[in-house]
Amino acid sequence: MSIGVVVFPGSNCDRDVRWATEGCLGLPTKFLWHETRDLSGLDAIVLPGGFSYGDYLRCGAIARFAPVLQSLVDFVDRGGNVLGICNGFQILTELGLLPGALTRNKGLHFVCDDVELKVISSRSNWFCNCTSGEVLSLPIAHGEGCYQCNVETLKRLEDEDSIALRYLNNPNGSISDIAGITNAKGNVLGLMPHPERACDPLTGGLDGKKILQSLIN
Amino acid sequence: MPNYQASVLVSLRASVLDPAGEATRSAAKGLGIQGIKRLRIGKSISLELDAPNEAEALRRVELLADRLLANPVIEDWSLDLKPAPSSL
Repeated sequence: MSIGVVVFPGSNCDRDVRWATEGCLGLPTKFLWHETRDLSGLDAIVLPGGFSYGDYLRCGAIARFAPVLQSLVDFVDRGGNVLGICNGFQILTELGLLPGALTRNKGLHFVCDDVELKVISSRSNWFCNCTSGEVLSLPIAHGEGCYQCNVETLKRLEDEDSIALRYLNNPNGSISDIAGITNAKGNVLGLMPHPERACDPLTGGLDGKKILQSLIN
Repeated sequence: MPNYQASVLVSLRASVLDPAGEATRSAAKGLGIQGIKRLRIGKSISLELDAPNEAEALRRVELLADRLLANPVIEDWSLDLKPAPSSL
């Protein structure tokens, strides 16, 4: 069982993710430079937070063309688990692996806070360590986390049970209080909150462990 | 080979929230400018390219606009293409 953490120029949560998965959960983890195409031997891949390629043009727009992500699309097709956190979520929408888009926060400010989140979807394995409706507390830190999609897509997300987490107090204007979604198959999860920052009681709670543990289920 | 210049205008779709546009509209009021009903912020991208003819230049810039410069989920784009002055 091994986890890969993609490192783009401008990623800044890659080491936090590795600390959480390897240091706190004991899961073997390695970094994947954005130019690699070799994903062999990996069971799950994390796209971490940060500002990939400076977030030029749009958040995640340039990262979409990284060689590692071309291999990631095949990895997803084969059923591999992929978790995109914050900038990683933005990249997954730009790549088309998740629907919709993340745009500027409604209030314009960068929001750095702990938020309460309700577990909505019980369909995929990502929340097998949580009960449906459980409330988790996780940190957020983003300027462009306002999830937007058209009404047809929102209905599809609801019908498919693909809405993963909802904010109890919406901090950014996201449609339907969405904080995270999965793809139809359920093996790709995008989250604006940072579970890797909630895996050690010294740095902010333990609720993140419940999500990261499911990387290898 | 002829040289072309293009300008691509990327704008948020009408249904997409534009909080930066709203904040700017509000600042315009602070400047004392009245009557602004709507203000939306977009991007303008200028580029020059070499292509064998205008139809091929248009095809390339359209592909660029649709696949990279704009995200069709939230944005629309339009473009203007003409021969660069230096190539006339």
